[in-house]
Amino acid sequence: MNDVTTPILTLRNVGKRFGTNQVLKGVDLDVQRSEVVCLIGPSGSGKSTLLRSMAFLEEYDEGEIHINGQLLGWQSISPRRRASRSRLNQVRSSLGMVFQQFNLWPHMSALGNVCEALVRVKGLTRSDAERKGRAMLDKVGLAEKADAFPAQLSGGQQQRVAIARALAMEPSLMLFDEPTSALDPELVGEVLQVMKQLAADGMTMVVVTHEMGFAAQVADTVAFLDGGHIVAKGAPRDIFHDTEHPRLQQFLQNYLDRNAFWQDLKETPA
Amino acid sequence: MMFDVSIITDRVEPILHGLLVTFQTWFAGVLIGLVLGLGIAVLQLFGGRWLRIPLRMFIEVIRATPFLVLLFLLYYGGPEFGLSLEPITAGILGMGVYGSVYFAEIFRGGFQSVPKGHVEAAECLGMGRWQCIWRVQLPQMLVIILPALVNMITILCKETAVLSIITIPELTMVLTGIGSETFAFVETLLVLCIGYLILIELSSRLGLWLERRVGRFLVRS
Ligand SMILES: Nc1ncnc2c1ncn2[C@@H]1O[C@H](COP(=O)(O)OP(=O)(O)O)[C@@H](O)[C@H]1O
Ligand SMILES: [Mg+2]
Repeated sequence: MNDVTTPILTLRNVGKRFGTNQVLKGVDLDVQRSEVVCLIGPSGSGKSTLLRSMAFLEEYDEGEIHINGQLLGWQSISPRRRASRSRLNQVRSSLGMVFQQFNLWPHMSALGNVCEALVRVKGLTRSDAERKGRAMLDKVGLAEKADAFPAQLSGGQQQRVAIARALAMEPSLMLFDEPTSALDPELVGEVLQVMKQLAADGMTMVVVTHEMGFAAQVADTVAFLDGGHIVAKGAPRDIFHDTEHPRLQQFLQNYLDRNAFWQDLKETPA
Repeated sequence: MMFDVSIITDRVEPILHGLLVTFQTWFAGVLIGLVLGLGIAVLQLFGGRWLRIPLRMFIEVIRATPFLVLLFLLYYGGPEFGLSLEPITAGILGMGVYGSVYFAEIFRGGFQSVPKGHVEAAECLGMGRWQCIWRVQLPQMLVIILPALVNMITILCKETAVLSIITIPELTMVLTGIGSETFAFVETLLVLCIGYLILIELSSRLGLWLERRVGRFLVRS
């Protein structure tokens, strides 16, 4: 199972419907160990739904998702029977999730947020958990903020604490849903920096993002989601430069136009 | 009109005993009400339809029943169903059941005030449902629901006056007894009011102190 060629995460024909709204229409994806996959696509194309399905925060209702070879969320596929919560948690234990809205618990300090699951789930003693928690906060550059409450931290700092909280559980796969979209522009860099370091350390990552620069620089694979399908997938260079796909070209053109606007401003003589 | 202090000073002991009984039934009733109410709220939210529907009905029926009627049913009607209770037990139980549905509604609102993402974060970290309720949801909703809880608790304090009708010797029973015995209604009713004021003042102060304590994390440095 730890064979290098066996993907950590496999999606086969994954579908998800909200009422009559078929959001995912048969998604296939393999994520290899240490691979960084960036998911891009227009708003409402189902990126969040897809990523949340990988953590079974959404119950995908077609197809199969396997994590480290174990079926996620379902005990059986036909008929679909939900797995027990303990079974679900066992499969989920190899993944860490980072949300757009951070979702830190406001009544606990940064260190408290990181230690909580170490104590309650991993069964560490309080002092062991704190040692580990401080190491994790140090890793995201926030050692000195251990005792601060989330309300006392900037958005960028909160997101780094959230990353530390997920990392503390030693996942083999990290999922990010637009981790920098709720941040003021000047705070985006510090979070992306932490994620770059993670990627460099060999973490397997699936990242929903609008940061095309990050995707181009860090991703091994970029997947373009549109209308509930992955319509294009490949190395960043193929996706960003050589694509023939009209929807993808149009999508990227919007970004280029925006950048061109800034470029024009810079080049306009004062 | 003469205000005869001796009517009260001669009977300090029974009055204090009445106050104690009021406090005890109130305290025990509130405790049962809080536990039951939390249970009802949790089961309603997470228990699925087959629990939600009967629990909703239970809440609606109890809310539509005056406390007096509930007590009568429990104390005088109970034996018909093989449930013979001491007055004090019936009083505490009645108070607990009566309060529980109001507490349940307050807790339900509290659970809904916690962002869904905070629960999802706990889930993704492998925390169990109960761990999540106890460690993530309850502490942060407490700041929001404490005023409503304290409010309900003070209402229940005054509802203990009704317990006199099932012969529980609480403050109202003791003092109205003294009143009709001595015809000193003004003195006894005044002391009665002071008695409840003391209890309610105590609970609101405790509430404010708790509010400050549990709300500390909201303060920006
Ligand atoms: N919980 C939900 N209930 C109903 N519809 C939803 C829910 N979550 C998402 N959707 C719908 O699914 C579609 C895809 O949403 P989402 O996955 O959030 O897209 P993206 O993240 O790419 O912007 C949208 O049309 C959205 O309205
Ligand atoms: Mg989204």
